[in-house]
Amino acid sequence: MSVKFSDKAMREYQDLVLRYPEKKAALLMVAHLAQREFGWISRDVMEYIGELLEIPFSEVYDTITFYTMFKQKPMGRYHLQVCRTLSCKLTGAGDIFHHLEEKLGIKDGEVTLDGKFSLLKVECLGSCGTGPVVQINDDYHENLSIERLDKILSELK
Amino acid sequence: MFEKVLTANIEHPDSHKLSFYEKNGGYSAFRRVIKNMSPDDVIDVVKRSNLRGRGGAGFPTGVKWGFVPKSNEKPHYLLVNADESEPGTFKDRLLMDENPHIVLEGTMIGACAIGCNVAYFYIRGEFVKEAKIIETAIGELYSKGLLGKNILGSGYNLDVYVHRGAGAYICGEETGLIESLEGKRGWPRIKPPFPAIEGFLRCPTIVNNVETLACVPLIIERGSDWFKSIGPEMGPGPKLFCLSGHLNNPGVFELPMGVNLRELIYEHGSGIKNGKKLKAVIPGGSSVPVLSAEETDVNMDFESLAAVGTMLGSAGTIVMDEDTCMVDALLNITHFYRHESCGQCTPCREGTNWAERILKKILSGHAEMKDIDLLEEVADHINFRTICPLGDAAAMPIQSFVKKFRHEFEAYITKDVKVGQPA
Repeated sequence: MSVKFSDKAMREYQDLVLRYPEKKAALLMVAHLAQREFGWISRDVMEYIGELLEIPFSEVYDTITFYTMFKQKPMGRYHLQVCRTLSCKLTGAGDIFHHLEEKLGIKDGEVTLDGKFSLLKVECLGSCGTGPVVQINDDYHENLSIERLDKILSELK
Repeated sequence: MFEKVLTANIEHPDSHKLSFYEKNGGYSAFRRVIKNMSPDDVIDVVKRSNLRGRGGAGFPTGVKWGFVPKSNEKPHYLLVNADESEPGTFKDRLLMDENPHIVLEGTMIGACAIGCNVAYFYIRGEFVKEAKIIETAIGELYSKGLLGKNILGSGYNLDVYVHRGAGAYICGEETGLIESLEGKRGWPRIKPPFPAIEGFLRCPTIVNNVETLACVPLIIERGSDWFKSIGPEMGPGPKLFCLSGHLNNPGVFELPMGVNLRELIYEHGSGIKNGKKLKAVIPGGSSVPVLSAEETDVNMDFESLAAVGTMLGSAGTIVMDEDTCMVDALLNITHFYRHESCGQCTPCREGTNWAERILKKILSGHAEMKDIDLLEEVADHINFRTICPLGDAAAMPIQSFVKKFRHEFEAYITKDVKVGQPA
């Protein structure tokens, strides 16, 4: 499968590379754009990014695989990231995570069969005063109780 | 009465907008700098203010700026460190959400001071909302001619760009951040050369924390004597303290540097949740040595905390009540550093894995007394033996938790407790 940015994404790409004295410096920003465009970063996408930025595939692979936000397999339409680090743990992140495992029938790193949800335990989200915290796609949901979380999930189409 | 200056107007719904910020005196410091002050003047004022970096290391900001070569053989860069990731820390996020222009004004003044024409605002990838807010604020500045070419007719050019991280604690370390900005994995560099001499693309580079830069317009506007009058003279200023954990009222509190930790917990944080007693506090983000409840009558500033064997760090204050299992809490922290170790240095990569395994063994009830000694030995062999301070950050909690709460670790071995129960 060959991958290619849409015209809109290509314009964004062209704007991004102009911000840096060297093309490779745009790699993280271009990878974010690619992930938004294609949903996840496959080997094909990495090769495509390498061609665009004129750097070898190995360098793209080296960088992409270092960062936890770049998905190397398709995840759910709603990607639930539960903060597990100390302040959230002290305020009940463990219960939130176990509830999600049971409710969705999946474990850490897995996707539901219908592809709607994926679940991931993550390290500190920088929202320690409002724990427990779950990031759903781009959005933070803070001060969560199991009831509030259930309500938020029920509203996701 | 202490006057809030970093978070003075954040309750206002328009606090993030340029028009609101300017109406309240915003960008007058930048205008003064660009019209009437030389780079040396700016560096001098900031040096005299004794402003120390708010990201964790506490290095004097003016001194750091002074390290940048005066020549312009290579371009200079200013990088804003908004990779806020130290567990317990969430103050820079508040500034970006509610007062982005004070951070940008500080960035622009810093750029003038070090003679740079391009600055990058490196924001951790998870902060999608904050990246958008900063993008919008930068857009406002371009449309008002405060960024771009020939700013306010001064002949000075400055571009500021948002750059997003992608989930890696290590990129908050300044050389890790620079590597990441170059499109590589965030592997910290050996210093020297220091970034001020060779940083981004081998050019002179300054990396400053968000809150540090937010202090700068205030110092220009009100003077270094004003800044020094707040808290201890050798590390003064208004300070954002982050309170989290078992508290009735967690959150970010702007207070004078040097506020007493007990006042912070019991007045501002409204005390321990559910009427429990305090057991322990990590004062400066999860990497700094823990304090027991008895040690909390201490002022929250660089020197006072150093005197009791810990650090102000990022002022991420994590409070734990009497029911907290300290072995389990340490496992949580150690897991974090194991996960976030970049893998470059053997002591950190291997040591954090060893430490996590030993802690799990202790919690499982299958450990022996000598395992506690081994845990300490592993930590001692990480500390000061790595390129960057992540190694020390992993070692210091282990050393301090075991030293101060050894009886809890031993209780798992003498079978006095079950997993997850406090000793």
